[in-house]
Amino acid sequence: MSQVVHDQEVSDTGQEQLISAEHSNASLTSKIGDIVLKQPSPKQWFVALGFGLIGLSGLLVSIAWLLYKGVGIWGVNIPVGWGFAIINFVWWIGIGHAGTLISAILLLMRQRWRTSINRLAETMTLFAVMCAGMFPLLHLGRPWIFYWLFPYPNALGLWPNFRSPLVWDVFAVSTYFTVSLVFWYVGLIPDLASLRDRAKKRIVQVAMGFLALGWRGSASHWYRYESAYLLLAGLSTPLVVSVHSIVSFDFAVSIIPGWHTTIFPPYFVAGAVYSGFAMVLTIVIPLRSWYKLRDLITIDHLDWMARITLVTGLIVFYGYLTEIFYAWYSGNVFESFMMANRMAGPYSPLYWSLIFCNGIAPQILWWRAARRNIIVLFAMSLIVNIGMWLERFIIVVTSLHADFMPSSWDMYTPTFWDILTYVGTIGFFLTGMVLFVRLLPAIPIAEMKHLLHQKMHGHSHEPEEAKA
Amino acid sequence: MAHYPTVIEPKLRGFTAHYSTPEELIEAAKKAREVGYSRLDALTPYAVEGLVEVLGQRDDRVPKIVLTFGVLGALGGFALQTYVSVFDYPMNIGGRPNLSWPSFIPITFECGVLAAALSALIGMLMLNGLPRPHHPVFDAPEIERATDDRFVLFIESEDPQFNAGETREFLKGTGALSVQEVIS
Repeated sequence: MSQVVHDQEVSDTGQEQLISAEHSNASLTSKIGDIVLKQPSPKQWFVALGFGLIGLSGLLVSIAWLLYKGVGIWGVNIPVGWGFAIINFVWWIGIGHAGTLISAILLLMRQRWRTSINRLAETMTLFAVMCAGMFPLLHLGRPWIFYWLFPYPNALGLWPNFRSPLVWDVFAVSTYFTVSLVFWYVGLIPDLASLRDRAKKRIVQVAMGFLALGWRGSASHWYRYESAYLLLAGLSTPLVVSVHSIVSFDFAVSIIPGWHTTIFPPYFVAGAVYSGFAMVLTIVIPLRSWYKLRDLITIDHLDWMARITLVTGLIVFYGYLTEIFYAWYSGNVFESFMMANRMAGPYSPLYWSLIFCNGIAPQILWWRAARRNIIVLFAMSLIVNIGMWLERFIIVVTSLHADFMPSSWDMYTPTFWDILTYVGTIGFFLTGMVLFVRLLPAIPIAEMKHLLHQKMHGHSHEPEEAKA
Repeated sequence: MAHYPTVIEPKLRGFTAHYSTPEELIEAAKKAREVGYSRLDALTPYAVEGLVEVLGQRDDRVPKIVLTFGVLGALGGFALQTYVSVFDYPMNIGGRPNLSWPSFIPITFECGVLAAALSALIGMLMLNGLPRPHHPVFDAPEIERATDDRFVLFIESEDPQFNAGETREFLKGTGALSVQEVIS
């Protein structure tokens, strides 16, 4: 409880705190750099790594069994041909989107509170997209020939069907991963140079020096760098919207009841941001406590993220209400049956849990006290993660399991291997994040110094902001 | 590493002057330009607004490169889909035209963004002359603080105005914390 009290005290100073007052350029380099270079890992880090590795082992076992035996080990059937694979794909990729939102859109909008959390969020994007990408690949049946999805001249004389949203997905997700990786790496270059110049061990100097590409912070380099970084942010912004819109086209372009709606793209994008911010909170709250980063990731950062979670949560809830309205207003018997089946059919407990998690529970974030209470916020972030997973389950399963012909209806139940694969990707994600925190600077050093300078000197060096 | 006799004699490559704030660095760079120095470089731990303009090194080619490659990528993506769907492998799906361009837009967009983003990375690095494993300024004493908390002005010995004694005195007169020889 002492931690909570501490955070409350910081927040009550009135002025918004994005970086605590006693920091200097040198203290920022050492505080952030030493997590990588000197500081021994806290014991929680080893516990988290342990859990991550257990999950990762589960993933490897389930993938090996899948490759040996085939997708029959999963619970998918006809009519529910998509099951966990697509549910988890959409869930993970949605989580990834907050990373891009924080790093790109908030950069363009000059929201300074993004600075201390953007690196973590971008890394989260990379691992989340890797987890997402695994599911459709494993669902292919013969994943070793996944490259057939790409258009390349081949001996079969065949091309992918460019009119299919599933092929759009291949392009969208692979572009998204590549661009996120480039954005993340460009952001890292100056910080890698900082670590190179600070490292004492030869191997660290060589590794960081190699990755920093000989960065020396020359003024003309910085100018081109900032220009490229802003352009990447500008490119990522429409990209992230396009990616989740295309993911929603996988559903919306079909004629299945409950999927064939124009609300899907915006409602999916809002849902992605909503779940992504929740995941950032889930990661950042323990991390700032383990590494004593409360002076850099302050309670004000958490408050801002909670506000965005609330706003996007309201949009998502509006999407649910719209679905209900259209099920009635369309006058289509299949649409209205689908909605009645969601609310009162065999999967109705999951539907009502979803409404609780994404519609009712987030309303607590209207209260400042809740947004600034670490325990409430952490619990809320878990509820949102669960809620968004349920949303994808409801969308995929309730629409497919009972569509047009009662003779072809069936129930879908996940098997042990479905669950192990899913838990396994969480382990993979956790392992990746935990190793990242140890091996690379988790908070952007150069950008924090820039923020510090702006804080010390007011707005005098920001002509753009003065104009706006 | 000492298998080959080195033929490059270490020589004076210039002077570095350290400052503790970006404002002092900008002032010093202005003075250096006024006095007539042209082979200048400034090394800073973060991007300092207005510094390239003072040094006269502003270069706006990155956005042009990115725009060019973005457009080329999008055109390439659209051309690929058109070639495949209209010429190489036309398929009649529900009587729709072969050139069903609205369904080509998502991939066209993604190809444009991909090419633009890669060109932003590669273009920025190439114009910066990176990756470059070594640079003479890395041999300057305390240069590692340029990525930490110091703002460094570097006057190269290649500068026509360069004179070991005078340049050192000039830098000292700009209020530098320290002036160091760069021998590499």
